[in-house]
Amino acid sequence: MSSASRSRSPSGSPSDTPSDRAGRRWQRLIASPEARLAIITVAVFALMALLSPERFLSAGNLTSMAFQFPEFAILALAMTLTMMTGGIDLSVVGVSNLSAVVAATLLASFAPAGIGTAASLPWLMLAYAVAIAIGAAAGAVNGLLVARLALPPILATLGSGLVFTGIAVALTGGSAVMGFPDSVAWLGNGTLFGIPVPLIVFALLAIALHTVLTRTRFGLRATMYGANPMAALYAAIDTGRLLIRVYLVSGMFAATAGLVIMSRANSAKADYGSSYLLLAVLIAVLGGVNPYGGRGKVIGVVLAVLSMQFLSSGLNMLQVSNFARELIWGVLLIFVMLVNLRGGSRH
Amino acid sequence: MRALFGQGFWTRNETLVAIVIIAFCALAAFSDPRFLSATTLTDLLRASIVLGILAIGAMLVLISGGIDVSFTAIAVFAMYATTVLTLGTVPGLPWPFIFLISIGIGAALGAVNGLFIAGFGLPTLIVTLGTLSVFRGFLLTFVGSERISKLPPQMREFSRSMIVRGTTEGGSFYALPLAFAALVAVIVLTWFILHRTLLGRSIFAIGGSVESARRIGINVRGTQCFVYVYVGALAGLAGIIHGSLGRMADPFSLVGLELSVIAAVVLGGARLTGGYGTVTGTLLGVALIVLVQNSLIVVGVPSSWQSVVIGLLILLGTGLPAWQARRAAERAA
Repeated sequence: MSSASRSRSPSGSPSDTPSDRAGRRWQRLIASPEARLAIITVAVFALMALLSPERFLSAGNLTSMAFQFPEFAILALAMTLTMMTGGIDLSVVGVSNLSAVVAATLLASFAPAGIGTAASLPWLMLAYAVAIAIGAAAGAVNGLLVARLALPPILATLGSGLVFTGIAVALTGGSAVMGFPDSVAWLGNGTLFGIPVPLIVFALLAIALHTVLTRTRFGLRATMYGANPMAALYAAIDTGRLLIRVYLVSGMFAATAGLVIMSRANSAKADYGSSYLLLAVLIAVLGGVNPYGGRGKVIGVVLAVLSMQFLSSGLNMLQVSNFARELIWGVLLIFVMLVNLRGGSRH
Repeated sequence: MRALFGQGFWTRNETLVAIVIIAFCALAAFSDPRFLSATTLTDLLRASIVLGILAIGAMLVLISGGIDVSFTAIAVFAMYATTVLTLGTVPGLPWPFIFLISIGIGAALGAVNGLFIAGFGLPTLIVTLGTLSVFRGFLLTFVGSERISKLPPQMREFSRSMIVRGTTEGGSFYALPLAFAALVAVIVLTWFILHRTLLGRSIFAIGGSVESARRIGINVRGTQCFVYVYVGALAGLAGIIHGSLGRMADPFSLVGLELSVIAAVVLGGARLTGGYGTVTGTLLGVALIVLVQNSLIVVGVPSSWQSVVIGLLILLGTGLPAWQARRAAERAA
């Protein structure tokens, strides 16, 4: 729970010297994973800016970073929500591709070809609505498997993820669906008041998830369930309904990510973004979300996303191969787990 | 019937999977009589060697209460590094030594997992997700990212050694490579460790409950370490066999297969919560996955539906027992 991190009383005995207090404040700051992560994020940014100042800090690079990360960052938000309940959603990539493939098929095969932007808007809205609905339905299936059959979330979402990917493969025969109206490009490549649209989508979803987790009954209950499922049950929480809603929301987030990917790639395919699954888990854990449930903050996940993107882009500028990036991600994940362990985890 | 086969026979995963396999084969034989031939059998057995060895390893991890997703990266790392090393030093090295090198590299990488899991007590899924990308990233960055088709001669020699070979009456060729013996050896060894040694009992015990195991004096860290080193060694073996049989050292192969392998193990009844799993079940799970991957088309399902079928099998295979257990619990309450 979020209040647990503040549970230590602000001890202020009269004999405190200012330097003592400053030291303690520093220690308290370091004790929270989010603060450590903020330091890491700033450090990575500074390091990359030092190593390749004119390119890393260029407006072009900063903008392209803002277009790149939202798609997997949204998947990481979905992962965060399910991890808060002590679960995991391994089907996010499957759900996002299935939603995108269906939306793409709708746009490519049914919308009249060569229509103008204004005429294509109703079709676009319909495709988006269908995609989100599919995400919600897929999420509800996961929720039912976890809540009603009491399957371990890893298994339920591993199996359902294969099914969703498989349906997308079967629908498309494994090839990419393309040929959309031009208006599709806006969600992934457009800007609004100079801000990249995918970044806005991510920011809205992150704020929404933060608000839901900290300010609503649903969020509080999800966190409580993650901290102690038995206690949540005894507190008369309808845990079945809760879990179904958690996975349903996760599915809708995944579908949104799918639409962003579709827009950026200007096509949809059953095997897009297959590396995003690992990345989403990695970001959530890096962001201080406890994989056993009950603890995690959206701000931590946002910081984790930023540090990953800075690292990734910076390494790209330094001509480091994609493979080395994978290596560094893995090292970073294990390193952060070790630091969190030594930093005195409360679990 | 219940008395005939003993308590719980009909509700066990093994039975369910066996019935599905038999039904699948019957259906396949019905739609294409040529399905029942020595050629099909040896093809399927050949396809199950690498998957089978990996699955036995994954099963051991599940029994110990963990989950490992890095073993495919270990397999491909061991295979590729061994090939590069052998070609660069002694290309003519006899194949048993090549295999030993690969197994050794695999065990060493497994020890890295063991260090973080047993030594620092980090969650197994997160550690192995991390090491999956570390091993793969290291391999592709520092060892090489080129496919090597000119393997050491002894590896090619190994891939040509057969246990049986011949021609069916229909005139089609069949052969079972020597590598199948490695799978059999792994099965026997693992079965022996699990059921005839104290170490095996310890693996079951820590999977059932770490705390209880610790209280009865089991060396939890040592046991966990053994599990990850052993799985690494098996992955090294599977990797070098994969390379030899495919006659190509491809650093991009195998990774991505880990979820299928875990699927096979889970289908066979091993529980993610630990403490339970059987060699028989795992092998049946592997057989079913291999059948679906290779022969779906024979029963009239297009092969693009492959992952739907495997996904549904996992959900059914794990959901059905879970649902039965839930109903039994409700009836008892």
